[in-house]
Amino acid sequence: MTQIMEYIGMALILIGGIFLFLGALGIFRMPDVYTRLQAGTKASTLGAMSSILGVGFLHPDWFFKILIIVIFIGLANPLSSHALARSTYRAGVAPKLKSGVDYYKKAVKKQIKKLIS
Amino acid sequence: MNIIFTISFTLMAIGAILSLIRFVKGPRSGDRVVALDTMSIIITSALVLLAHVFDRYIYVDVALVYAVLGFVGVIVIARYIEGAL
Amino acid sequence: MIYIAILIIMGVLLLATAIFAVTHRDLLFAVIATGIISLILSLFFYLLQAPDVALTEAAIGIALTTIIFVITIRNTTRDEDEIIDKKNEKL
Repeated sequence: MTQIMEYIGMALILIGGIFLFLGALGIFRMPDVYTRLQAGTKASTLGAMSSILGVGFLHPDWFFKILIIVIFIGLANPLSSHALARSTYRAGVAPKLKSGVDYYKKAVKKQIKKLIS
Repeated sequence: MNIIFTISFTLMAIGAILSLIRFVKGPRSGDRVVALDTMSIIITSALVLLAHVFDRYIYVDVALVYAVLGFVGVIVIARYIEGAL
Repeated sequence: MIYIAILIIMGVLLLATAIFAVTHRDLLFAVIATGIISLILSLFFYLLQAPDVALTEAAIGIALTTIIFVITIRNTTRDEDEIIDKKNEKL
């Protein structure tokens, strides 16, 4: 039983390392702030959660504190990324790749109109 | 079993150095804050793995503090960029 | 041997980030560089087997210092050359 838990933990740690490296590679290679945010946040969150859970499988008596770390990372990292994307858009940085639809622009205009009236 | 840890630590170190390069190169403030956020996440998971390598339970607390407090600085800088702080 | 090599590489990265923080003209970038210095320094203390110092460095460096410096930049000005120009005008 402990042998199976150890194999699962090692596999999770390897997957976590690969995804953390891919997230940092996306940060290095992407052309724009928004694409960098997407690559960094999604891949880094999956990598960190998987890698920390792997250590939790290796040591079953540490599992409670490790579960708290995983929950905090899952809550805090998308929150900070969302705040950063919103502030970058409101500061006036346009996306480099044109995608045709921009719903957030209409929403910001509607909010400003409601504030004025 | 030991080689998996070596591969994982090497990938994490390369990732941290890549995000440090993005921090030095990045043209705007948003790019630099993204690099700080990613580097904080990478170092948090590296701290937990090092706690397994040293085999001490008390070392997990440092990673817990990073996971709880790591996003406060990013949110404060984001509110400053938006102009609503 | 590999332990000492890792410590030397981390020290070089720490010095490079500190030089960036001191010499850059935009103060917000210097504040972000201070956060990265705190990250690497905490890992340094952790590898030297001092987890209590690393805990204090993590709590103070990444949250408290960043908040206080950003509030200071909000109340004064962001560009460092601007301060020097204002001083020259006053003189």
